[in-house]
Amino acid sequence: MSDQKLTIGEKLSPGPGVRSLVITGARIVASAPSVATATETADARVADVVIVDGVVTDLTASEAPSDAQVIDADGLILLPGFVDLHTHLREPGREDAETICSGSRAAAVGGYTAILAMANTTPVTDTAEAAERILDLGRACGLVDVQPIGAVTHDLAGGTLAELGLMHRSRARVNVFSDDGRCVADARVMRRALEYIRSFGGVVSQHSQDPALAGPNACCHEGELSGRLGLPGWPAVAESVIIARDVQLARHTGSRVHVAHVSTAEGVDVIRWAKAQGIAVTAEVTPHHLALTTERLAAYDPVFKVNPPLRPIEDVQAVRSALADGTIDAVATDHAPHARHDKEHAFEDAAFGMLGLETALSVVASVMVEGGLFGWSDLARVMSSAPAGIAGLADHGRPIVPGEPANLVLVDPAAAITVDRSSSQSLSRNNPWHGEQFRAAVHTTILRGRVTAAEGAPAAC
Amino acid sequence: MSDSTASATATMPRHLLSIADLDADLIRTLLDTATQMQDVQRREVKKIPTLRGRTVINLFFEDSTRTRSSFEIAGKWMSADTINITGKGSSTSKGESLRDTVMTIDAMGVDALVMRHSASGAAHQVAGWVDAHVINAGDGTHEHPTQALLDAYTMEQRIGGLAGKHVVIVGDLTHSRVFRSNVLSLRMLGADVTVVAPVTLMPSGIRAWSEADGFALSNDLDPILTGDRGVDALMMLRVQKERMSGGYFPTAREYTVGYGLTRPRLQRLVADHPDVVICHPGPMNRGLEISADAADAAQSLILDQVAAGVAVRMSVLYHLLAGAKGGAA
Amino acid sequence: MPREDSPGEGRVVLSDADIARALKRIAHEILEANKGASDLVLLGIPSRGVLLAQRLAAIIAEVEGTAVPAGALDITMYRDDLRKQPTRTPMPTSIPGGTVDARVVVLVDDVLYSGRTVRAALDALGDYGRPRAVRLAVLVDRGHRELPIRADHVGKNLPTSHSEKVRVRLLGHDDHESVTIAGGEP
Repeated sequence: MSDQKLTIGEKLSPGPGVRSLVITGARIVASAPSVATATETADARVADVVIVDGVVTDLTASEAPSDAQVIDADGLILLPGFVDLHTHLREPGREDAETICSGSRAAAVGGYTAILAMANTTPVTDTAEAAERILDLGRACGLVDVQPIGAVTHDLAGGTLAELGLMHRSRARVNVFSDDGRCVADARVMRRALEYIRSFGGVVSQHSQDPALAGPNACCHEGELSGRLGLPGWPAVAESVIIARDVQLARHTGSRVHVAHVSTAEGVDVIRWAKAQGIAVTAEVTPHHLALTTERLAAYDPVFKVNPPLRPIEDVQAVRSALADGTIDAVATDHAPHARHDKEHAFEDAAFGMLGLETALSVVASVMVEGGLFGWSDLARVMSSAPAGIAGLADHGRPIVPGEPANLVLVDPAAAITVDRSSSQSLSRNNPWHGEQFRAAVHTTILRGRVTAAEGAPAAC
Repeated sequence: MSDSTASATATMPRHLLSIADLDADLIRTLLDTATQMQDVQRREVKKIPTLRGRTVINLFFEDSTRTRSSFEIAGKWMSADTINITGKGSSTSKGESLRDTVMTIDAMGVDALVMRHSASGAAHQVAGWVDAHVINAGDGTHEHPTQALLDAYTMEQRIGGLAGKHVVIVGDLTHSRVFRSNVLSLRMLGADVTVVAPVTLMPSGIRAWSEADGFALSNDLDPILTGDRGVDALMMLRVQKERMSGGYFPTAREYTVGYGLTRPRLQRLVADHPDVVICHPGPMNRGLEISADAADAAQSLILDQVAAGVAVRMSVLYHLLAGAKGGAA
Repeated sequence: MPREDSPGEGRVVLSDADIARALKRIAHEILEANKGASDLVLLGIPSRGVLLAQRLAAIIAEVEGTAVPAGALDITMYRDDLRKQPTRTPMPTSIPGGTVDARVVVLVDDVLYSGRTVRAALDALGDYGRPRAVRLAVLVDRGHRELPIRADHVGKNLPTSHSEKVRVRLLGHDDHESVTIAGGEP
């Protein structure tokens, strides 16, 4: 399928016969159990980890099988592998922008061991067969666990429910449903969907954007800058009214709702209130909403056009605090690849979305860890264990202790990289981080004991 | 060669995308040159050789007979080769992308693209892709720099220097590129500016914007027209009837009563300030934002604005294209 | 706008009295060549050419007793060297009587050098109409013609080298009157 080969040394080549892996000298960070900013020393211990047959063992390095591959992790941090609740893989339908395979390579390089693929493909993932197809394609590539998300409504049209139950019963075991790209705007439809999935503990991930307040032309945040630039925008209230409605529907139906890509302080306030009421709501934020503000739009560069849009600094600060204090549970990339010709239009006409899988760790580490807002164990929580829990992926986001599946990532906190969009694994180039410098970067990704990416290069698939 | 001719000017920018690309001195230069270009307009041989051999493409993605013909005449009178191309504003991924469209034209070796597009910022984006000089002839609701220049020129011809004069702009500000360019140019020239519109037709963030840029806001027209500050120039902006159905405003009738330059308002204004001038960028909705009486009044500069348009555009083409290459490349 | 000079720069080749005398002579020559003042119009090339044209018109009025119109012909837009420097703002053009058709136009400039200014002026003039004749009066001819152009009336012939700078100062533009030469290879 791909002719990408691992080009680093023999030590890390992941030939199919490899059964054992020894990681020496890593600083092991498990995710913080609570949402307070955990201190580094409490959960960090430097140790060796021996993996046999895809499982972490209690063996010491000297006890490891003699043919084990060794990774020298001196200076590196070992975290549970990342889980992305929100990726657009574009296959089927737009394989020119991304395929499940190219997206898997990008995910692996980004430190992800599991990604949830949004349903807005062509055709839409609204049947069991469609979901199983994506599952099978992901497995055939084998670099990351691709978990299909099912549409909430048939063809994302917002009217009749999609075959939620059949998708859940299928081999794909769909548990997360979303019309992302679109908002489930009809309150009655949202209520029925929440009620329906309650029986199997599913969750609806809602793209919170009221279409009446945020019209079809809206392409950015509505505020002073959009007024000056003459761009039609949409205000924060269009996000918060949907969140407010949905958390109350979640309470009413006793079901779970997940807020996709929260971008506003108002939205955060509603979620905080809802959690205080004991409502089963979870939320995610993207790396770009943690790091970039609407000021980036001043030059009308469509690479910064995204939905929900980049917001003013006050909103950015609010989502950062919310991620630190647990109001927002997880980071999700909303990786949205686009062919060049879909972005090279006037700003108002260009496609929405940015790449995110390969740069997520670097951005989150830069803003949150180096920014002093939380520590590595919190990062592990928001990028691994919390999203794994929301998605119901039992093998991911696990503690790094004997008996657990070896879905891990080694991070170099002092890698010092400069992002070059042309060397991306994604087939697309709509990368807002081109030229930016970051300190931390993913070093090695391990899926069930097999190295899927090392030093920026994915394994063969 | 005579040692003393006209003074050399500060460097013109490579493109004219926004009034923000200029400063007070550059505006002064453009307007002074426009004065001389009006002489060309009045003589029998309406031709000067200055841009001979240059190719100027009028690339209009949005219809506009008035602006396009104004630029076309301006270019031809400067002896440039001007060609009109109607761009297809395709927002679908199936059509040629904007970048492909402009790069194809640019590859032919043209000197300047005069561009009008329905999307704000389109001219800025294009300027980043092509080698040609880009002149923004109107981008969405963002700016229309040559309109603001000709407005300033026309007002100055009648009421003199704009520094310290009170200019009132009335209309749908949210959707007006004329407003956005004018508020910049008038402030650069030292005018006091008050903008008047109903709340729903003011851009988001206007309050902060007005404080930052030093202009006044009002939702009520009459106190401004009858206030102590007086009015030296009144600029009426076009209101599109579609805005009414878009929920911005109840009815055309309500708009006219509140914000239109009706006959009674005109009479009162002219009685208080006989030297006031009335501008409108056109095309007018007679009876909606401006009464027929006002459009045809002695104080109206509307036709002068059209005449000035050609001279101002000649000046812009000259200063951007005729000089040495370099400057803001 | 008055040109600033370091004091004592260059040597004076025409004093204010010399200039006045030269203008008087040129005025007489113009009348002689035209056999009177009829159909004459003086067009100065901005900036100092315009002042000179006005001065000549005043002298002619004194001598002949008839007024001769004086105006200005700006050549900025007709120059052949536009691409070599930043753009300049053109100065006003004023054609007395609104036409040059069938008139005898005397172009007036302060310094004649390469001749390119005059070539541009002839092109500009052609776009205003068809004069019966065009003549050229200059205060100083410093040589080094690059085109086949010659002046009909010259205040002073001044051989110069390219490295020298000729400066003309006139009241109404500067604070005194003189023609100086500065610079040059030692």
